[in-house]
Parts: sequence; C-alpha cells; structure tokens
Amino acid sequence: MKYLGIPLDKPKVGVFGFTSCEGCQLQIANQEETLSDLLGAIEVMNFRLISSDKQDGYDIAFVEGSITTDGDVARLKKIRHQAKVLVAMGSCACFGGVNNLRERFPLADTINEVYGTHPVESGPVRKVSDIVSVDIELPGCPISKPEFEWLVRHLILGLEPQFPQYQVCVECKQRLNTCVFEMGMMCLGPVTRAGCNAICPRNHLGCWGCRGPSDETNYESLIQILKEKGFSEGQIAERAHFFNAFSGVEAIPVLERFES
Amino acid sequence: MEINVETPINIEVEHIARVEGHGNIHIQIEDGEMTECTWEVVETPRFFEVMMKGLSIEMAPLLAARICGICSISHALVSARAIERALNIEIPETAKKVRLLTKHAETLQSHTLHLFFLVAPDLLNVGSVIPVLKTQPRVVQIATKLKGYANSASDLLAGRTSHPMVIKVGGMTQVPRKSQLQALLIELETALPYLWEALEFFKGLTWPDFVRETEFVSLRGEGVYPFIGGDLVSSDGVIKGEDEYLAMTNEYMVDFSTSKLCKLSRESFAVGALARFNNNYEWLHPRAKEVAKELKLKPQAHNPYYHNLAQLVECFHVIYESKDMIEDLIDSDNFEYATSYEVKECAGVGAIEAPRGILYHYYQIDAMGKIERANCVIPTGQNHANIHYDLRQLVPYLAARGKGEEEISKHAQMLVRAYDPCISCSVH
Repeated sequence: MKYLGIPLDKPKVGVFGFTSCEGCQLQIANQEETLSDLLGAIEVMNFRLISSDKQDGYDIAFVEGSITTDGDVARLKKIRHQAKVLVAMGSCACFGGVNNLRERFPLADTINEVYGTHPVESGPVRKVSDIVSVDIELPGCPISKPEFEWLVRHLILGLEPQFPQYQVCVECKQRLNTCVFEMGMMCLGPVTRAGCNAICPRNHLGCWGCRGPSDETNYESLIQILKEKGFSEGQIAERAHFFNAFSGVEAIPVLERFES
Repeated sequence: MEINVETPINIEVEHIARVEGHGNIHIQIEDGEMTECTWEVVETPRFFEVMMKGLSIEMAPLLAARICGICSISHALVSARAIERALNIEIPETAKKVRLLTKHAETLQSHTLHLFFLVAPDLLNVGSVIPVLKTQPRVVQIATKLKGYANSASDLLAGRTSHPMVIKVGGMTQVPRKSQLQALLIELETALPYLWEALEFFKGLTWPDFVRETEFVSLRGEGVYPFIGGDLVSSDGVIKGEDEYLAMTNEYMVDFSTSKLCKLSRESFAVGALARFNNNYEWLHPRAKEVAKELKLKPQAHNPYYHNLAQLVECFHVIYESKDMIEDLIDSDNFEYATSYEVKECAGVGAIEAPRGILYHYYQIDAMGKIERANCVIPTGQNHANIHYDLRQLVPYLAARGKGEEEISKHAQMLVRAYDPCISCSVH
C-alpha cells in the first residue's frame, strides 16, 4: 500500500479476546464493504475468531474483554511482552464493562448462585490497564466500526490518534437529534465522551456512558437536572455504573452492594 | 472403546479457531483403544444471572444483549419477552412485526458469517477467508453482499449490528419510516440473486457423510416457521409449554466444561438450524423448501454437518419472509409500537429461536420492578453434550476407515464448527 506515493509497511496485527461477548472482535470481521481494503493494509498474524492460521510476531495487539482469572493475567502479560502497541478495545477492556456489575456481590456467593458447589475458576473483574500498560484505549460497547478503521489508519501512518474529548451532546446536535431529555428519558450524553456519533440517542435511547467521561464534566449539575426530572438516585446509579465507566466519580450515587 | 488401528493417535486442539469463544478437543487412541475423546469448554464464566440481580427490569434487555456479540438481538428480544410475559404485557402488532424482522436480520447475519467466514475455509482447505479473497474473490463478494444487506437491516431496525438499543420492555423505542423500509426492500431485492449464487457455491462443496441419530429440540411451529415464543417440541415426541423450559433442558454439570450441559430423552440433544428444519419443515417458505430439495436435505436429517445446509435453507426462509413482511409494513397504517405497563411481583419465561437454537430467559421480579432472580439457558449450552457424543462416535468411525491424525483432527474441528458454537454465550 502507498500513501502520497510512499510505500507503507503493513503492520502485523493480533486480535485477542478475554472475558467478553466477542462483540468488538465481531465488529472488525463485520467490515464487509471495506474488509478487503483492511486486510490489504494490515497483516493478520493471530485472530482466532476468524482464522486458524496462527503466528506470533505481531506488533499491534487489539485486546477485548475484562480480565478475571489467573490464566487471563498470564496470557495478557505474554501479549503485552510481544506487542509494541497494545490497544484496549471496548468497554470491558477499558473499564471492566458490564462484567463489573457482579462485583456488587461477594465472589463466593456469585459462584454459588450459578454453579452451586461445583468448582469453577474465577476472580475479581479487572480492566486491562489494571494488569499491564495500555497504549491506546478504544472504548465503546461495542466499539464503532468506523472508529476502529480510523484508528488503524493512524497506526499505519504512525500518527497519534486524537480521540474526541467533548461530549456526546455535541454529536447529537450535529445530527439534529431530538434531545432525549425532551422525550422523558435519562441520558448521560452531557458527561460522556463522543466518538460514537450519538448512536443511542439517535435511536431513541438515552446515552449509557459506554465511552467513559468527557473533558469538563459537570456531574453535580447533571444529577440535579435528572433528579428534577424525577429520576431517583438508584436509577441514576444503575445507569452510570452499567459499564463501570464512571467508577470513582464522587458526585454519582453508588450502586447498592449485597453482602452474604 | 476398541478400534482397529495400529498407529497411536494423539490430538490436542487448544482454543479451536473460527468459533466464538474458547474450547479444546482432546483425542487419544492407544493400542487400538480410544482412551480419551472430549469436547472441553474452558471459557471463563461471566455470571450474567448474578449481574442481573437487583437491577430494574428496563435494564434487562440491554444487559442481556451483552451476553453475546453475535446473537445480541435474540438475547434482548427474549429478555423483553420473558418480562412482558411475567407482567402480562401485550405488545402492539407493529412492534411484533418489527421484532421478527429484526430477528430475521440477525439470523441472516449470523448464518452468512458462519457459512462463508467460518465453515467455507474448511471445505476449500484453507485456514481462513483471507486467502479466499485472492483465490475466489467472487465468493467473498457474495458473502459481502448478503452480510451487507443483513447489516443494513440490523442498523435500520435494531440501531446497529450488535447490542441493539431499540428493543425495550413493552415494545420498541422506534420503528423505521416507510421511506426507510422502501430503501431496505430495494437492498433486499438486490441481494437476492447473490443468495441464489451462494446456493450454487455451497452445492458444489462436499460435506462429510457421518451420521449419528439424536433428538432435536426446537420451538413448535403452528402455521408459521417458529422464531419467537410458543410451545417446545422434541423429535422424540416431547411437547411442553413455554413455561416448562426446565423440563426441556435438564441442566447438569461435568468436570470438563465450564458450561452446563443439557439432556432430555437421550444422553444428549441438538438445537439450532437443523433441529428447527427437522421439527418444522412443513412451515418453511416455499422458496426455502425448493432450496432444501436442491440440497437433497430432508427431515429427519441426522448428519451433524448438515446444520450448515439447514442454515443455508433458513437464509432463504428469512430473506423471503422478510420481503413479505417489509411489504406488509409499508402498506400498514398502524404506528403504535410500544405500550406502557405497571410493575408487580411476578415471574416469567421467554423462549426464542436464536440463530444457534432455542434460547430461554427467566426472570423473577419484585414489587418494585427489580430483578430478584434470573436464569438463562443458552443454545450452545444445550448443544455441548451433543457435540461431545458426536465426537466420541466420529473418531472411531474415521479411525476404522484408516484416517490418520491430521484428517481426524480436521473433521473433529469441522464437527464442532458445524454447530456454530457460541461458547462465551454458553458460559454466560
């Protein structure tokens, strides 16, 4: 492949899944219209979901999923050791994602609820950066196809990707969407970082914050408005903690925890 | 089990490729005896049933979608259905139609992904679809066109291809406008010739001829080929109501699988496209029946590799039925797509035919509308035991015919792949 007449190296890419639904990996395989271009621009070394040809020697690792077992930890460290650039892909990898909802319960109770006394290996839910250093975070549940391709283009050209830091509201206005607050829905768009093209409000669902905090957040004011609109602290908590993307934000009500 | 082979066979496939999730195959034949033959599921559990607890019911379809990246539409739909049945909510006709149309988009998307990207490489003797881009670009073009239509339909109807945002308790958050449906209809009609070309491509491939008789479980069609709700049926003659899903699944645990296994009248049963085909052939769209004839696929088919042929037949069914439904919706003047409801203490079951087979969700709800208990029984979880027992019969069958390690390994992996397992889903 050439850019401005200059031949470009094909980056060697590996795609790896941990505790997740594999939906982000699927978004990559889902790029039908541009799949052959994408596969022409990169060299796929390891992508188990679509290929049984498997080699090491990748430079860029895309990692999906949260990390929950010792086996996961060891495998992730090996990937980090091999990769020059490690991309945490999707909300599970970036924040722990929905998996984190089970952290409201003690692990022993969790295992007991599903498996009884049958032995099953599991541990606490961790995001990728809890275990290894992460070079780039590509959030979203699932990741957006166009954004993934945009990132790959940057990696091929050796450019540092500049993700939008402004709010989902900006993109919502650009698309001339009706504000979902006006439809009586809750929305985290005012504090969530854009890049998704406001896809949920576009489809008449308030934002659930899967991409994490934007710059210049005013949580207090959002929460006050939500309460004025009749939403309870419990409702706000379960929305804001759904993807664990706002953990540690003091202004947001905490989600109820259950002791054994 | 005694097998007449002299060379020892030792097959270890770790994390089999071109399937969703993580599973291993272990096969060992020593001194003419099969000492090991296991389909091992090593996926890390996620505990969705626990994640659901304490959340409001309106969160359930959105969380359920995250069980699976491929069949997220089915999970969202069955979750909403279980809650609606618990609360006695009757959703508007338009919502029902749009839901089924959305479901069809997912089925087509999932089946074409599986047939072209995951299965076809085996039959073309390559490791993935990547070399096929060079050797048979037309095949990839066909796949692209068909998946392209399914993706457009999902984008329009569900909001996107994975993790839909439009399916909510009580109906839909929105339905497409007539002009959008008209555009979709044109895209569907453009995709149709490619589907017939796909038939020619798959007709030219040779499928393994292994047969093991088993029981097939699916929804029971009554007038229509079933996808959303209704009675449960098995090819061994068991019929149950939707609420009696536990009697149909009988989950149990084994050491070699983090997924639970299921059984009914025999040691295992199968769900999925072939089960639906075998149990509900009469309700297929006439064009799909035509295709079955061309493929020489007849009920009751017991060759597990024919799951893939049944998937191809279903592609025809869903695309032709979608065409009829889109035309109906364009002519309809009913714009109501959601209904309001009140919460109460209750419990309910939903059953749906996900691309990989029958899927059940159950929710127990408290007086405040919070989930107290949830249970999900996943198609692949129901298929695991059948895959395992197929494998235990396939390996001696091949060994007795003088097949070596490489060929046995390939056919074993193809067998697992034939079921299109969604392993992370099964260990939800």
